[in-house]
Amino acid sequence: MERFDLIVVGAGPAGLSASIEGAKKGMRVVVFDENDRPGGQLFKQIHKFFGSKEHKAKIRGFRIGQQLLKEAADAGVKVVLGATVEGLYLDKEVTVKIGEKLFHYKGDAILVATGASENMVTFPGWTLPGVIGAGAAQTMMNLHGVKPGSKILMLGTGNVGLVVSFQLLQCGCEVVALVDAAPQVGGYGVHAAKVARTGVPFYLSHTIVEAEGEDCVTGVTIAQVDEHFQFVPGTEKHFDVDTICLAVGLSPMSQLLKMAGCRMEDNPAKGGQVPVCDEDGQTSVPGIFVAGDVSGIEEASSAMIEGRMAGLAAARYLGYVDDAAAETGKEMLEGQLLSLRQGMFAPGQKGKKIETTEEGIPVSENLLKHGFVADDEILRFPGVTKRVGIHPVMECTQNIPCNPCQDACPKGCISIGDNITALPYVVEDAKCIGCGMCVAACSGQAVFLVDEEIGGGFASVTLPYEFLLLPEKGENGIALGRDGKELCPASVLDVKTAKAFDQTALLTIKVPAGMAMRARFYKNPSREGKDAPKEGGAAR
Amino acid sequence: MNDRSRDIGPFVPAPDDDMIICRCEEVTKGEIRRAVHDGMFTIAEIRRYLRAGMGLCQGQTCSKLVKSIVARELNVSPACLEPATSRAPMRPTEMYILANEEREV
Repeated sequence: MERFDLIVVGAGPAGLSASIEGAKKGMRVVVFDENDRPGGQLFKQIHKFFGSKEHKAKIRGFRIGQQLLKEAADAGVKVVLGATVEGLYLDKEVTVKIGEKLFHYKGDAILVATGASENMVTFPGWTLPGVIGAGAAQTMMNLHGVKPGSKILMLGTGNVGLVVSFQLLQCGCEVVALVDAAPQVGGYGVHAAKVARTGVPFYLSHTIVEAEGEDCVTGVTIAQVDEHFQFVPGTEKHFDVDTICLAVGLSPMSQLLKMAGCRMEDNPAKGGQVPVCDEDGQTSVPGIFVAGDVSGIEEASSAMIEGRMAGLAAARYLGYVDDAAAETGKEMLEGQLLSLRQGMFAPGQKGKKIETTEEGIPVSENLLKHGFVADDEILRFPGVTKRVGIHPVMECTQNIPCNPCQDACPKGCISIGDNITALPYVVEDAKCIGCGMCVAACSGQAVFLVDEEIGGGFASVTLPYEFLLLPEKGENGIALGRDGKELCPASVLDVKTAKAFDQTALLTIKVPAGMAMRARFYKNPSREGKDAPKEGGAAR
Repeated sequence: MNDRSRDIGPFVPAPDDDMIICRCEEVTKGEIRRAVHDGMFTIAEIRRYLRAGMGLCQGQTCSKLVKSIVARELNVSPACLEPATSRAPMRPTEMYILANEEREV
């Protein structure tokens, strides 16, 4: 039986981060993952991450995955793929299925970072082929290059539902509706807004009545629900779809810890069955640690920090770092974790109704109900100002821990301040040069460059554009509002791509002057094929 | 929870009783509800009685659903129902692999 200082189960963001931290401290570390590819969910995340520099903000998830794999290799971590940990026993022995054989390993410390699995909801027809998890859709698109369906309804407006809906649009699918039984959008407003402005309708306080079809999904009916989640008769709406995506939450995959005899608790705030653990991620069994979603559902950025904390704690447990060094490292990581757990979406805020921002500005009700900030709401936010000449407009209306826009501007036009959750505002005397770095840097695609008067009664709007095919300079199309409805004719003044923009194209359109603060998306109907999204979603 | 003398009322048929909950073992909502009235008050008992959660996915998909159905039938919060015991192997594994133990890689 081979022995390791630290055995890590799961090569996702938490497990890899823990293994890197442990190996850097001199431990002999092995990571087992049942999948054929490492990285957990990271390689499915094609969007730019939120946070600050120390959280790898504005870097796309899969690139963070590549960085972690390289760091792990450099640190001498052994990552074994296609290796299913079948059992975790007393005395920290694990059995691992590799190929057609079962192997035994012994760890002086064990770190379980097995992540989570997707929840399901039941409705008539939920077992029909075509009803899939949003994570499954992401796996098909982003790992295997397979289009999950042509016409898709998404249930769930948490960040997973919103992010995957956008990816489905990028993949060329028509998303007919985003549906949630809750009365308000659950995820980040900026994620909702970038989906809404392409024309996808949101149905809050609605859920699925049934999925239709004999051998596979051919349609779906949704209906409104009252405050007791009972259907309101007469509110049914039908959509022709071939796919229904469910993004209704995650459950920790904590069975290995229960098997090992760790004390468990049922904690709804953490997504279900989780091990009871201390702030280092150590469970009730000394030497068995946890990090990431298995210890409570959060997201990849915090999973990476938790992983490092648990890796450090494991090194301390085995005497690879002294107490002083461990405390210093822990303090730094705790600070990073704390700054991620701030703002309107912090773990403690779940389910609370928030009326105003930290700045005392009433939140956008329309954003929560329909996925976009209404034209008459947007001007009350500090990032949205009217002025002469080209200037940035930050349509950032919720307090979330994120600040890449502040660092992006070479001229210091954008400020958030030291409080990472504060809303960005335009610095009075700084001069925007229209470089567009802020537009590309915003993980929420919520920054625009606006010039309200470019002559001849026209204005220009530069927007982030992450779809193929890219529009061409000089072509004519239609500007869409934040609600995704057709607003006015628009012509393309410029399409900029650059390595520094990291795949986000900057599209500059010319619109009538009065539309400068309303035009936020562009489409060209003449370029769209038959499968392209129809205007305004399409409720039938 | 294990007070079997508790009166949970009679089994009342519901229109969605034929909905499949455990896909792997094809166990319906009605079967699970009826099992509670047959005296299966714990998830472990339900699992042994109906095989719900014992198929290919090992309850990954249905365990939360089964738990909420049982909890509702007993009129308790799902959080106070002990989940089923976790045992090796964690994933469905052919018997010949289990017999094929290796000491060294």
